[in-house]
Amino acid sequence: MSDAYYEKIARINLSTGEIKAEPLDLEVAKKFIGGRGLGTKILYDEGVAAVDPLSADNKLVYITGPMTGSNSPSSGRYMVVTKSPLTGMIACANSGGIWGAKLKFAGWDALIVEGAAPEWSYLYIEDDKIQILDAKEYLGVLSEELDDLLKAKHGADCSVLNIGPAGEKQVLLSCVMNDKDRAAGRSGTGAVMGSKKLKAIVVKATRKQLDVIADVDALKEANKACLKIMTDNPLTGAGLRALGTASLVNVINGIGALPTKNWQESYCPTADKFSGETLAEKYLVKPGACFHCPIACGRIIKHDDKVIGGPEYEPLWAYGSDCGNDDLWAIDEANRLCNEYGLDAIGVPCTIAAAMELYQNGCIKEEECDGVPLEWGSPKAIIEWTRRMGDPKTELEWLMSAGSVRLCEAYGHPEFSMSVKKQEIPAYDARAIQGIGINYATANCGAAHVRGYMIAPEVLGIPAQLDRTVIDEKAVWAKIFQDLTAAIDSMGTCLFTSFALGAPEYASLLNAATGTNYTPDELLEVGERVFNIERMFNKAAGMKPEDDRLPKRLLEEPVSNGPSKGMVSKLPEMLPQYYAVRGWVNAFPTDETLKKLGLDECVGK
Amino acid sequence: MIEVRFFATLRQGRGKIAQVPAEEAAAALDLFRRFDIPAEEVSILLINGFHSKPEDPVKDGDVISLFPPVGGG
Repeated sequence: MSDAYYEKIARINLSTGEIKAEPLDLEVAKKFIGGRGLGTKILYDEGVAAVDPLSADNKLVYITGPMTGSNSPSSGRYMVVTKSPLTGMIACANSGGIWGAKLKFAGWDALIVEGAAPEWSYLYIEDDKIQILDAKEYLGVLSEELDDLLKAKHGADCSVLNIGPAGEKQVLLSCVMNDKDRAAGRSGTGAVMGSKKLKAIVVKATRKQLDVIADVDALKEANKACLKIMTDNPLTGAGLRALGTASLVNVINGIGALPTKNWQESYCPTADKFSGETLAEKYLVKPGACFHCPIACGRIIKHDDKVIGGPEYEPLWAYGSDCGNDDLWAIDEANRLCNEYGLDAIGVPCTIAAAMELYQNGCIKEEECDGVPLEWGSPKAIIEWTRRMGDPKTELEWLMSAGSVRLCEAYGHPEFSMSVKKQEIPAYDARAIQGIGINYATANCGAAHVRGYMIAPEVLGIPAQLDRTVIDEKAVWAKIFQDLTAAIDSMGTCLFTSFALGAPEYASLLNAATGTNYTPDELLEVGERVFNIERMFNKAAGMKPEDDRLPKRLLEEPVSNGPSKGMVSKLPEMLPQYYAVRGWVNAFPTDETLKKLGLDECVGK
Repeated sequence: MIEVRFFATLRQGRGKIAQVPAEEAAAALDLFRRFDIPAEEVSILLINGFHSKPEDPVKDGDVISLFPPVGGG
């Protein structure tokens, strides 16, 4: 083995207790790289698209990429790939920390978990050895405490992935946590673990670095060149370390694209109170970094008498202006509860915002709120309702924990759910920034900003400044960003490196590590292949063309305040252009496109 | 008056907001000079919420926002 893969996947059947080591098909691996691409390919081939996501028939793939655990910059990513119980489509939740690198050091490229355990269990992996152990004593334990307990039992040098009480209860907005404050956050992956009665996966590895790199010297050179580009770049070299992603609060508000009160407004006059600048001034202890990351965008904050992982831009916005709130301590507390209960820190606050609009309109009554009315700007409401959604008991708590679509439909106002494919939309108003709307509408995992981050060219000027208000060429840009992102995710590298690196640098890293010979264009084609097989998974799962959409509010209600006042999304004009660029008809790839991409297994499906 | 808003590291030594008489600045670049900000340190320049260039004109009532390199996801 000398290709950055250990060429070994563990298949763990929790129903039977059988654990098998299977060889990695290298040809397939290199065609899809690994991570997001290979994980989706495995699930597509095994027919998972057709199963009930919360049944024993669903499978969870915990998968690394060839770069995961390598000495390349920001190479600590792993992904949880499964069929989402929230969206009914493909889920690929991406996380950092050190857990993914440890899994690789233990000698595994991926774990495929199938079936469902008869009793609550957890997996203990120590190099080659994998055991299914009893987890009954850990039921109901919060995520951070469980991390401590399992480290106390298995040693401080292990790494812990787990679900909190939300995942145990199969809450649709639950996530998978690792290393205390890192999350594979979106699409309800925690609920799938809960449905399998799988509480945690502990990994311990003797190896401290990869010993399967194809060309060690070439990788050393590529790493050095990429690291120089990243440290010379003002954003990856200093900006993200200084203020983290939280620095975006004031930028996005400054252009009038910060959704406020469930997107009824797009500018928040008091946004500076929960900005990155204020977070740094009041609470920041130091920046935090994942495995081998020079960027260090994480926020380690002081919260009362504890030092914990702090909020990213998304929860700052969602618990902030989207809930009409500017109390930063309350946002820190609500974000902490998301980490402790194992909740999606975008989906949960966005659903609270939708509930607040239902309350504003008299649909949710005060008597349903059990002493905590869902009033705009209430710090108590965002904290307490997060806690309740993490361990739901009443009818309203259960409804809210299932996300804004199900909540708003139950109250007769589906238009209040700001979501796509049943997943809540992130923190950038697609009326004010046209290109990001294509990504929200077409991301295979449901609304997402990290599947083609058009904010980079449309707001940050990376790699070039586009006019955010027009639709020219946005379809082409969106496709390229989506394809490059799919390739980076499949490598196991952090997407944030792409603020500095481009396809030629990624190709140089991948080729040195795996012995492949991808050109930059061929790397983008792998990304395109990945995006297309995800789409075919969704088609098999029952996706319809009308699922590529944006909420009516973004298409018909112009921005009501701030610099972008009067704008609406022009998605209906952009979507046909996008499909044409993709070689899709009615939201799906043509057979010709599939053949061109080498996806013969999808032809005719 | 022209309102100048500073963000992130550009706040150091300048505070959050400054008011400048309109007659003292014809273009955004004049404001960079007034507050001793090298042009290369300004990654995003907004005039009334829209991306602009340093040489773009400014006028009474405008809000100018200055950001160093920031970003995230």
